[in-house]
Amino acid sequence: MIRLSIQMRQALAKLTLPVLMAVAFALVLVGKADTLLAMRLRVALDDALAPMYGAMAGPLVRMRNSIGWVRDLADIQAENVRLRRDNARLLHWQRVAEALALRDRELEAQLHWMPSRPATFVTAPIVADTGGLYAHAVLVALRQGHTVHKGDIALDGGGVVGRVTEVGARSARVLLITDLNSRVPVMLVTSHAPALMIGTNGALPRLTYWPHGVVPREGERVVTSAAGGVFPADLPVGTVHYNRAHVAEVLPDARLDRLDLVRLFDFGSVTTLAPEAAARHHRDGPP
Amino acid sequence: MSDRTPGIRPAATLGSRIDAAGRAAFPAASTALALLLISAPLGLPAAAELRLAVAFTCVFFWSVFRPAALPPLVVFALGLLCDLLGDAPLGLDILVLLALQGVALQLRLILERQGFVRVWLAFAGLAVTAAAATWGGSVVLGMRLLPMTPAIATAMLAVGLYPVLAFPLAHAHRTLAEPDHA
Repeated sequence: MIRLSIQMRQALAKLTLPVLMAVAFALVLVGKADTLLAMRLRVALDDALAPMYGAMAGPLVRMRNSIGWVRDLADIQAENVRLRRDNARLLHWQRVAEALALRDRELEAQLHWMPSRPATFVTAPIVADTGGLYAHAVLVALRQGHTVHKGDIALDGGGVVGRVTEVGARSARVLLITDLNSRVPVMLVTSHAPALMIGTNGALPRLTYWPHGVVPREGERVVTSAAGGVFPADLPVGTVHYNRAHVAEVLPDARLDRLDLVRLFDFGSVTTLAPEAAARHHRDGPP
Repeated sequence: MSDRTPGIRPAATLGSRIDAAGRAAFPAASTALALLLISAPLGLPAAAELRLAVAFTCVFFWSVFRPAALPPLVVFALGLLCDLLGDAPLGLDILVLLALQGVALQLRLILERQGFVRVWLAFAGLAVTAAAATWGGSVVLGMRLLPMTPAIATAMLAVGLYPVLAFPLAHAHRTLAEPDHA
Protein backbone atom coordinates (compact mmCIF):
# COMPACT_ATOMS: atom_id res chain seq x y z
CA MET A 1 0.00 0.00 0.00
CA ILE A 2 1.17 3.51 -0.79
CA ARG A 3 2.09 5.46 2.31
CA LEU A 4 0.87 9.03 2.17
CA SER A 5 1.71 11.88 4.47
CA ILE A 6 -0.89 12.86 7.05
CA GLN A 7 -1.60 16.16 5.28
CA MET A 8 -2.09 14.34 1.99
CA ARG A 9 -4.45 11.84 3.57
CA GLN A 10 -6.47 14.61 5.21
CA ALA A 11 -6.70 16.49 1.94
CA LEU A 12 -7.86 13.32 0.16
CA ALA A 13 -10.42 12.61 2.89
CA LYS A 14 -11.81 16.13 2.47
CA LEU A 15 -12.04 15.63 -1.29
CA THR A 16 -14.06 12.39 -1.19
CA LEU A 17 -17.41 14.01 -0.46
CA PRO A 18 -17.28 16.68 -3.22
CA VAL A 19 -15.98 14.14 -5.73
CA LEU A 20 -18.75 11.67 -4.86
CA MET A 21 -21.33 14.45 -5.12
CA ALA A 22 -20.02 15.26 -8.58
CA VAL A 23 -20.27 11.55 -9.47
CA ALA A 24 -23.84 11.46 -8.14
CA PHE A 25 -24.71 14.54 -10.21
CA ALA A 26 -23.19 12.88 -13.26
CA LEU A 27 -25.26 9.80 -12.47
CA VAL A 28 -28.41 11.95 -12.41
CA LEU A 29 -27.58 13.28 -15.88
CA VAL A 30 -26.64 9.84 -17.22
CA GLY A 31 -29.80 8.34 -15.70
CA LYS A 32 -31.86 11.06 -17.37
CA ALA A 33 -30.20 10.52 -20.76
CA ASP A 34 -30.06 6.74 -20.63
CA THR A 35 -33.13 5.35 -18.87
CA LEU A 36 -32.01 1.84 -19.80
CA LEU A 37 -29.09 2.08 -17.39
CA ALA A 38 -31.34 2.73 -14.39
CA MET A 39 -33.61 -0.06 -15.57
CA ARG A 40 -30.74 -2.55 -15.86
CA LEU A 41 -29.46 -1.65 -12.40
CA ARG A 42 -32.97 -2.01 -10.97
CA VAL A 43 -33.52 -5.38 -12.63
CA ALA A 44 -30.18 -6.62 -11.29
CA LEU A 45 -31.06 -5.54 -7.75
CA ASP A 46 -34.60 -6.93 -8.04
CA ASP A 47 -33.30 -10.28 -9.23
CA ALA A 48 -30.95 -10.43 -6.26
CA LEU A 49 -33.64 -9.41 -3.75
CA ALA A 50 -36.68 -11.23 -5.11
CA PRO A 51 -35.73 -14.70 -3.75
CA MET A 52 -34.98 -13.20 -0.32
CA TYR A 53 -38.24 -11.25 -0.21
CA GLY A 54 -40.04 -14.29 -1.61
CA ALA A 55 -38.74 -16.43 1.24
CA MET A 56 -39.92 -13.79 3.71
CA ALA A 57 -43.33 -13.38 2.11
CA GLY A 58 -44.57 -16.90 2.95
CA PRO A 59 -44.26 -16.71 6.76
CA LEU A 60 -45.39 -13.07 6.78
CA VAL A 61 -48.58 -13.83 4.87
CA ARG A 62 -49.20 -16.83 7.13
CA MET A 63 -48.72 -14.66 10.19
CA ARG A 64 -51.13 -12.04 8.90
CA ASN A 65 -53.64 -14.77 8.06
CA SER A 66 -53.41 -16.37 11.49
CA ILE A 67 -54.03 -12.99 13.13
CA GLY A 68 -57.08 -12.66 10.89
CA TRP A 69 -58.15 -16.20 11.82
CA VAL A 70 -58.18 -15.42 15.53
CA ARG A 71 -60.15 -12.23 14.86
CA ASP A 72 -62.62 -14.18 12.68
CA LEU A 73 -63.36 -16.63 15.48
CA ALA A 74 -64.93 -13.82 17.47
CA ASP A 75 -67.77 -13.07 15.07
CA ILE A 76 -68.23 -16.43 13.42
CA GLN A 77 -72.00 -16.35 13.94
CA ALA A 78 -72.47 -13.01 12.20
CA GLU A 79 -70.12 -14.18 9.45
CA ASN A 80 -72.23 -17.32 8.88
CA VAL A 81 -75.40 -15.26 8.52
CA ARG A 82 -73.67 -12.94 6.09
CA LEU A 83 -72.27 -15.84 4.06
CA ARG A 84 -75.69 -17.53 3.79
CA ARG A 85 -77.18 -14.30 2.52
CA ASP A 86 -74.28 -13.82 0.11
CA ASN A 87 -74.62 -17.39 -1.08
CA ALA A 88 -78.30 -16.99 -1.89
CA ARG A 89 -77.55 -13.77 -3.79
CA LEU A 90 -74.65 -15.37 -5.68
CA LEU A 91 -76.74 -18.42 -6.64
CA HIS A 92 -79.25 -16.04 -8.17
CA TRP A 93 -76.49 -14.31 -10.15
CA GLN A 94 -75.06 -17.67 -11.20
CA ARG A 95 -78.38 -18.53 -12.83
CA VAL A 96 -78.42 -15.14 -14.55
CA ALA A 97 -74.84 -15.70 -15.76
CA GLU A 98 -75.68 -19.16 -17.09
CA ALA A 99 -78.67 -17.82 -19.00
CA LEU A 100 -76.56 -14.98 -20.42
CA ALA A 101 -73.74 -17.34 -21.40
CA LEU A 102 -76.24 -19.49 -23.26
CA ARG A 103 -77.66 -16.50 -25.10
CA ASP A 104 -74.12 -15.28 -25.79
CA ARG A 105 -73.26 -18.62 -27.40
CA GLU A 106 -76.42 -18.51 -29.54
CA LEU A 107 -75.69 -14.98 -30.72
CA GLU A 108 -72.07 -15.82 -31.46
CA ALA A 109 -73.19 -18.81 -33.50
CA GLN A 110 -75.58 -16.63 -35.49
CA LEU A 111 -72.91 -14.01 -36.14
CA HIS A 112 -70.12 -16.50 -36.94
CA TRP A 113 -68.14 -14.71 -34.24
CA MET A 114 -64.37 -15.15 -34.50
CA PRO A 115 -63.13 -15.83 -30.98
CA SER A 116 -59.90 -14.11 -29.94
CA ARG A 117 -56.93 -16.15 -28.84
CA PRO A 118 -57.27 -17.07 -25.16
CA ALA A 119 -54.74 -15.18 -23.08
CA THR A 120 -52.00 -17.03 -21.25
CA PHE A 121 -51.16 -16.01 -17.73
CA VAL A 122 -48.95 -16.78 -14.78
CA THR A 123 -49.82 -16.18 -11.16
CA ALA A 124 -47.06 -14.84 -8.98
CA PRO A 125 -46.65 -13.42 -5.49
CA ILE A 126 -45.99 -9.75 -4.85
CA VAL A 127 -42.93 -9.69 -2.65
CA ALA A 128 -42.11 -6.01 -2.22
CA ASP A 129 -43.46 -2.53 -2.53
CA THR A 130 -40.89 -0.80 -4.71
CA GLY A 131 -42.68 2.48 -5.05
CA GLY A 132 -40.85 5.72 -4.46
CA LEU A 133 -42.15 9.11 -3.39
CA TYR A 134 -43.40 9.72 -6.89
CA ALA A 135 -43.80 6.17 -8.18
CA HIS A 136 -46.22 3.38 -7.41
CA ALA A 137 -44.82 -0.02 -8.31
CA VAL A 138 -44.59 -3.51 -6.85
CA LEU A 139 -42.07 -6.30 -7.24
CA VAL A 140 -43.25 -9.72 -8.37
CA ALA A 141 -41.14 -12.82 -7.72
CA LEU A 142 -40.91 -15.20 -10.67
CA ARG A 143 -39.24 -18.51 -11.29
CA GLN A 144 -36.28 -18.74 -13.64
CA GLY A 145 -37.38 -19.51 -17.19
CA HIS A 146 -40.67 -17.63 -16.86
CA THR A 147 -42.52 -16.27 -19.89
CA VAL A 148 -43.46 -12.83 -18.60
CA HIS A 149 -42.83 -9.95 -20.98
CA LYS A 150 -42.64 -6.21 -20.64
CA GLY A 151 -46.14 -4.85 -21.25
CA ASP A 152 -47.99 -7.82 -19.76
CA ILE A 153 -51.07 -6.82 -17.81
CA ALA A 154 -51.39 -7.52 -14.11
CA LEU A 155 -54.78 -8.32 -12.59
CA ASP A 156 -55.73 -9.40 -9.10
CA GLY A 157 -58.98 -11.07 -8.15
CA GLY A 158 -60.88 -7.82 -8.67
CA GLY A 159 -59.49 -6.02 -11.67
CA VAL A 160 -56.59 -4.32 -13.41
CA VAL A 161 -53.59 -3.70 -11.16
CA GLY A 162 -51.09 -2.32 -13.65
CA ARG A 163 -48.59 -3.21 -16.30
CA VAL A 164 -45.22 -4.94 -16.29
CA THR A 165 -42.50 -2.39 -16.96
CA GLU A 166 -39.30 -4.23 -16.13
CA VAL A 167 -38.55 -7.93 -16.37
CA GLY A 168 -35.55 -9.73 -14.93
CA ALA A 169 -34.64 -13.39 -14.71
CA ARG A 170 -36.39 -13.91 -11.38
CA SER A 171 -38.46 -10.77 -10.93
CA ALA A 172 -40.68 -8.25 -12.64
CA ARG A 173 -41.81 -4.77 -11.69
CA VAL A 174 -45.45 -3.84 -12.13
CA LEU A 175 -46.31 -0.16 -12.52
CA LEU A 176 -49.61 0.35 -10.71
CA ILE A 177 -52.54 2.23 -12.25
CA THR A 178 -52.12 4.86 -9.51
CA ASP A 179 -48.60 5.78 -10.70
CA LEU A 180 -48.09 9.23 -12.22
CA ASN A 181 -46.95 7.66 -15.49
CA SER A 182 -49.93 5.35 -15.79
CA ARG A 183 -52.38 6.06 -18.62
CA VAL A 184 -55.10 3.52 -19.21
CA PRO A 185 -57.61 3.91 -22.05
CA VAL A 186 -60.96 2.97 -20.56
CA MET A 187 -64.60 2.79 -21.50
CA LEU A 188 -67.60 3.86 -19.41
CA VAL A 189 -69.90 0.88 -19.52
CA THR A 190 -73.32 2.58 -19.49
CA SER A 191 -72.61 5.29 -22.05
CA HIS A 192 -69.98 3.32 -24.02
CA ALA A 193 -67.95 6.53 -24.02
CA PRO A 194 -64.15 6.32 -24.15
CA ALA A 195 -62.09 8.05 -21.49
CA LEU A 196 -58.59 8.03 -20.09
CA MET A 197 -57.68 6.95 -16.58
CA ILE A 198 -54.65 8.83 -15.30
CA GLY A 199 -52.59 7.94 -12.25
CA THR A 200 -52.16 10.82 -9.81
CA ASN A 201 -49.73 9.35 -7.26
CA GLY A 202 -52.71 9.32 -4.87
CA ALA A 203 -54.87 6.37 -3.90
CA LEU A 204 -57.38 6.85 -6.73
CA PRO A 205 -56.64 7.42 -10.43
CA ARG A 206 -58.46 10.26 -12.17
CA LEU A 207 -60.81 10.01 -15.11
CA THR A 208 -60.35 12.49 -17.98
CA TYR A 209 -60.95 13.08 -21.68
CA TRP A 210 -64.48 11.75 -21.95
CA PRO A 211 -66.32 13.02 -25.03
CA HIS A 212 -68.45 16.14 -25.07
CA GLY A 213 -72.03 15.50 -24.03
CA VAL A 214 -71.24 12.52 -21.85
CA VAL A 215 -71.01 12.79 -18.08
CA PRO A 216 -69.60 9.84 -16.15
CA ARG A 217 -72.16 8.86 -13.53
CA GLU A 218 -71.32 8.11 -9.94
CA GLY A 219 -71.01 4.34 -9.58
CA GLU A 220 -70.79 3.71 -13.33
CA ARG A 221 -68.59 0.72 -14.21
CA VAL A 222 -65.29 1.38 -15.94
CA VAL A 223 -63.57 -1.25 -18.10
CA THR A 224 -60.45 -1.14 -20.25
CA SER A 225 -60.72 -0.16 -23.87
CA ALA A 226 -58.65 -1.57 -26.71
CA ALA A 227 -58.00 1.95 -28.03
CA GLY A 228 -54.28 2.51 -28.42
CA GLY A 229 -53.64 -1.22 -28.66
CA VAL A 230 -52.13 -1.48 -25.20
CA PHE A 231 -54.93 -3.15 -23.25
CA PRO A 232 -57.48 -5.65 -24.48
CA ALA A 233 -61.09 -4.51 -24.18
CA ASP A 234 -63.42 -5.17 -21.26
CA LEU A 235 -61.07 -5.94 -18.37
CA PRO A 236 -62.68 -4.73 -15.13
CA VAL A 237 -61.06 -1.55 -13.83
CA GLY A 238 -63.40 0.00 -11.28
CA THR A 239 -66.31 2.34 -10.73
CA VAL A 240 -66.68 6.09 -11.19
CA HIS A 241 -66.56 8.15 -8.04
CA TYR A 242 -66.70 11.92 -7.61
CA ASN A 243 -64.48 13.23 -4.85
CA ARG A 244 -65.20 16.24 -2.68
CA ALA A 245 -63.72 18.62 -5.26
CA HIS A 246 -66.15 17.08 -7.79
CA VAL A 247 -63.33 15.51 -9.80
CA ALA A 248 -64.20 12.20 -11.46
CA GLU A 249 -62.03 9.42 -10.06
CA VAL A 250 -62.02 5.66 -10.42
CA LEU A 251 -62.45 3.40 -7.40
CA PRO A 252 -60.30 0.45 -8.53
CA ASP A 253 -61.75 -3.05 -8.33
CA ALA A 254 -58.24 -4.30 -7.55
CA ARG A 255 -57.22 -4.07 -3.90
CA LEU A 256 -54.14 -2.01 -4.57
CA ASP A 257 -53.34 -1.46 -0.91
CA ARG A 258 -53.34 -5.17 -0.04
CA LEU A 259 -51.80 -6.96 -2.98
CA ASP A 260 -50.63 -10.53 -2.33
CA LEU A 261 -50.92 -12.28 -5.64
CA VAL A 262 -51.29 -11.06 -9.21
CA ARG A 263 -51.97 -12.77 -12.47
CA LEU A 264 -49.75 -11.50 -15.29
CA PHE A 265 -51.61 -11.84 -18.59
CA ASP A 266 -49.95 -12.02 -21.95
CA PHE A 267 -52.62 -10.87 -24.36
CA GLY A 268 -50.20 -11.35 -27.22
CA SER A 269 -52.10 -9.65 -30.00
CA VAL A 270 -51.99 -6.15 -28.52
CA THR A 271 -48.89 -4.15 -29.26
CA THR A 272 -46.86 -3.46 -26.16
CA LEU A 273 -45.58 0.00 -25.40
CA ALA A 274 -43.62 1.23 -22.44
CA PRO A 275 -45.66 3.51 -20.17
CA GLU A 276 -43.57 6.54 -21.15
CA ALA A 277 -44.23 5.83 -24.80
CA ALA A 278 -47.88 5.16 -24.02
CA ALA A 279 -48.17 8.52 -22.28
CA ARG A 280 -46.63 10.29 -25.24
CA HIS A 281 -48.86 8.35 -27.58
CA HIS A 282 -51.96 9.65 -25.86
CA ARG A 283 -50.68 13.16 -25.51
CA ASP A 284 -49.97 13.34 -29.24
CA GLY A 285 -53.23 11.73 -30.18
CA PRO A 286 -56.57 13.52 -30.40
CA PRO A 287 -58.02 14.32 -26.96
CA MET B 1 -7.92 -1.49 19.76
CA SER B 2 -8.16 2.18 19.14
CA ASP B 3 -5.20 4.43 18.50
CA ARG B 4 -6.83 7.07 20.64
CA THR B 5 -5.69 5.66 23.99
CA PRO B 6 -1.97 5.23 24.60
CA GLY B 7 -0.56 2.09 26.16
CA ILE B 8 0.68 -1.38 25.40
CA ARG B 9 -1.87 -3.76 24.00
CA PRO B 10 -1.75 -7.42 23.06
CA ALA B 11 -1.39 -8.09 19.33
CA ALA B 12 -4.71 -8.19 17.53
CA THR B 13 -5.91 -11.73 17.01
CA LEU B 14 -8.08 -12.78 14.07
CA GLY B 15 -11.12 -13.00 16.33
CA SER B 16 -10.72 -9.53 17.76
CA ARG B 17 -10.07 -8.14 14.28
CA ILE B 18 -13.32 -9.67 12.98
CA ASP B 19 -15.07 -8.32 16.05
CA ALA B 20 -13.71 -4.82 15.46
CA ALA B 21 -14.62 -4.97 11.76
CA GLY B 22 -18.14 -6.07 12.66
CA ARG B 23 -18.51 -3.19 15.08
CA ALA B 24 -17.17 -0.72 12.54
CA ALA B 25 -19.55 -2.03 9.89
CA PHE B 26 -22.58 -1.86 12.19
CA PRO B 27 -23.85 1.63 11.19
CA ALA B 28 -23.66 0.94 7.46
CA ALA B 29 -25.00 -2.61 7.71
CA SER B 30 -27.89 -1.73 10.03
CA THR B 31 -28.94 1.17 7.80
CA ALA B 32 -28.84 -0.95 4.65
CA LEU B 33 -30.78 -3.72 6.38
CA ALA B 34 -33.41 -1.25 7.57
CA LEU B 35 -33.81 0.09 4.03
CA LEU B 36 -34.22 -3.44 2.67
CA LEU B 37 -36.66 -4.47 5.40
CA ILE B 38 -38.91 -1.46 4.82
CA SER B 39 -39.44 -2.66 1.23
CA ALA B 40 -40.19 -6.21 2.40
CA PRO B 41 -43.80 -7.40 2.27
CA LEU B 42 -44.55 -6.35 5.84
CA GLY B 43 -47.59 -4.39 4.78
CA LEU B 44 -46.06 -1.15 6.03
CA PRO B 45 -47.98 1.98 5.08
CA ALA B 46 -46.06 4.73 3.28
CA ALA B 47 -43.01 2.52 2.71
CA ALA B 48 -41.40 4.96 0.29
CA GLU B 49 -41.65 7.90 2.69
CA LEU B 50 -40.49 5.71 5.55
CA ARG B 51 -37.48 4.46 3.60
CA LEU B 52 -36.26 7.96 2.87
CA ALA B 53 -36.99 9.15 6.41
CA VAL B 54 -34.95 6.30 7.90
CA ALA B 55 -32.11 7.00 5.46
CA PHE B 56 -32.08 10.69 6.48
CA THR B 57 -32.10 9.81 10.18
CA CYS B 58 -29.36 7.18 10.04
CA VAL B 59 -27.05 9.18 7.78
CA PHE B 60 -27.45 12.26 9.97
CA PHE B 61 -26.99 10.41 13.26
CA TRP B 62 -23.87 8.51 12.26
CA SER B 63 -22.37 11.51 10.42
CA VAL B 64 -22.66 13.59 13.58
CA PHE B 65 -21.69 11.01 16.18
CA ARG B 66 -19.42 8.56 14.37
CA PRO B 67 -18.43 9.89 10.94
CA ALA B 68 -15.67 7.30 10.54
CA ALA B 69 -18.29 4.55 10.47
CA LEU B 70 -20.21 6.04 7.57
CA PRO B 71 -17.72 7.35 5.00
CA PRO B 72 -19.12 9.19 1.95
CA LEU B 73 -18.62 6.12 -0.23
CA VAL B 74 -20.98 4.14 2.02
CA VAL B 75 -23.51 6.97 1.94
CA PHE B 76 -23.23 6.90 -1.85
CA ALA B 77 -24.04 3.17 -1.81
CA LEU B 78 -26.98 3.70 0.58
CA GLY B 79 -28.32 6.46 -1.68
CA LEU B 80 -28.04 4.18 -4.69
CA LEU B 81 -29.93 1.49 -2.78
CA CYS B 82 -32.69 4.03 -1.99
CA ASP B 83 -32.84 5.08 -5.63
CA LEU B 84 -33.09 1.54 -6.93
CA LEU B 85 -35.52 0.24 -4.30
CA GLY B 86 -37.95 3.08 -4.88
CA ASP B 87 -38.47 4.16 -8.47
CA ALA B 88 -36.68 7.48 -7.84
CA PRO B 89 -34.72 9.16 -10.63
CA LEU B 90 -31.27 7.57 -10.57
CA GLY B 91 -28.80 9.56 -8.45
CA LEU B 92 -31.28 11.91 -6.79
CA ASP B 93 -31.32 10.21 -3.39
CA ILE B 94 -27.53 9.82 -3.54
CA LEU B 95 -27.13 13.54 -4.08
CA VAL B 96 -29.54 14.44 -1.28
CA LEU B 97 -27.99 12.01 1.21
CA LEU B 98 -24.44 13.14 0.39
CA ALA B 99 -25.45 16.79 0.81
CA LEU B 100 -27.11 15.92 4.13
CA GLN B 101 -23.92 14.22 5.25
CA GLY B 102 -21.81 17.17 4.12
CA VAL B 103 -23.86 19.60 6.20
CA ALA B 104 -23.97 17.21 9.17
CA LEU B 105 -20.18 16.88 9.07
CA GLN B 106 -19.80 20.66 9.03
CA LEU B 107 -22.13 20.96 12.02
CA ARG B 108 -20.87 18.02 14.02
CA LEU B 109 -18.30 19.91 16.07
CA ILE B 110 -21.09 22.18 17.31
CA LEU B 111 -23.81 19.53 17.54
CA GLU B 112 -21.77 16.95 19.41
CA ARG B 113 -21.72 19.19 22.46
CA GLN B 114 -25.43 20.07 22.37
CA GLY B 115 -28.27 18.40 24.19
CA PHE B 116 -30.69 16.03 22.53
CA VAL B 117 -33.39 18.60 21.77
CA ARG B 118 -31.06 20.95 19.91
CA VAL B 119 -29.65 18.09 17.81
CA TRP B 120 -33.21 17.06 17.08
CA LEU B 121 -34.13 20.61 16.03
CA ALA B 122 -31.06 20.80 13.78
CA PHE B 123 -32.05 17.47 12.24
CA ALA B 124 -35.61 18.69 11.75
CA GLY B 125 -34.33 21.65 9.75
CA LEU B 126 -32.07 19.45 7.66
CA ALA B 127 -34.75 16.80 7.08
CA VAL B 128 -37.23 19.40 5.84
CA THR B 129 -34.58 20.85 3.52
CA ALA B 130 -33.61 17.37 2.27
CA ALA B 131 -37.24 16.40 1.64
CA ALA B 132 -37.79 19.69 -0.19
CA ALA B 133 -34.67 18.99 -2.26
CA THR B 134 -36.03 15.53 -3.14
CA TRP B 135 -39.27 17.12 -4.27
CA GLY B 136 -37.42 19.84 -6.22
CA GLY B 137 -35.17 17.29 -7.87
CA SER B 138 -38.14 15.14 -8.87
CA VAL B 139 -39.89 18.17 -10.33
CA VAL B 140 -36.84 19.24 -12.34
CA LEU B 141 -36.01 15.72 -13.54
CA GLY B 142 -39.61 14.80 -14.26
CA MET B 143 -40.21 18.20 -15.89
CA ARG B 144 -43.64 18.53 -14.31
CA LEU B 145 -45.13 19.86 -11.10
CA LEU B 146 -45.55 17.10 -8.53
CA PRO B 147 -47.68 17.07 -5.37
CA MET B 148 -45.75 18.09 -2.26
CA THR B 149 -47.64 15.75 0.06
CA PRO B 150 -45.14 12.83 -0.15
CA ALA B 151 -42.21 15.17 0.55
CA ILE B 152 -44.04 16.74 3.51
CA ALA B 153 -44.89 13.26 4.80
CA THR B 154 -41.24 12.24 4.50
CA ALA B 155 -40.05 15.29 6.42
CA MET B 156 -42.66 14.77 9.16
CA LEU B 157 -41.84 11.06 9.42
CA ALA B 158 -38.13 11.81 9.65
CA VAL B 159 -38.62 14.42 12.37
CA GLY B 160 -40.97 12.13 14.28
CA LEU B 161 -38.76 9.06 13.85
CA TYR B 162 -35.58 10.75 15.03
CA PRO B 163 -36.20 10.35 18.79
CA VAL B 164 -37.47 6.80 18.24
CA LEU B 165 -34.39 5.81 16.26
CA ALA B 166 -31.85 7.97 18.08
CA PHE B 167 -32.37 6.13 21.36
CA PRO B 168 -31.36 2.65 20.11
CA LEU B 169 -28.75 4.18 17.79
CA ALA B 170 -27.17 6.09 20.68
CA HIS B 171 -27.19 2.89 22.71
CA ALA B 172 -25.53 1.02 19.84
CA HIS B 173 -23.10 3.91 19.46
CA ARG B 174 -21.89 3.36 23.02
CA THR B 175 -21.92 -0.45 22.95
CA LEU B 176 -22.39 -2.44 19.78
CA ALA B 177 -20.75 -0.10 17.30
CA GLU B 178 -17.90 0.93 19.60
CA PRO B 179 -14.61 -0.49 18.28
CA ASP B 180 -12.99 0.07 21.70
CA HIS B 181 -15.24 -2.62 23.12
CA ALA B 182 -13.84 -5.25 20.80
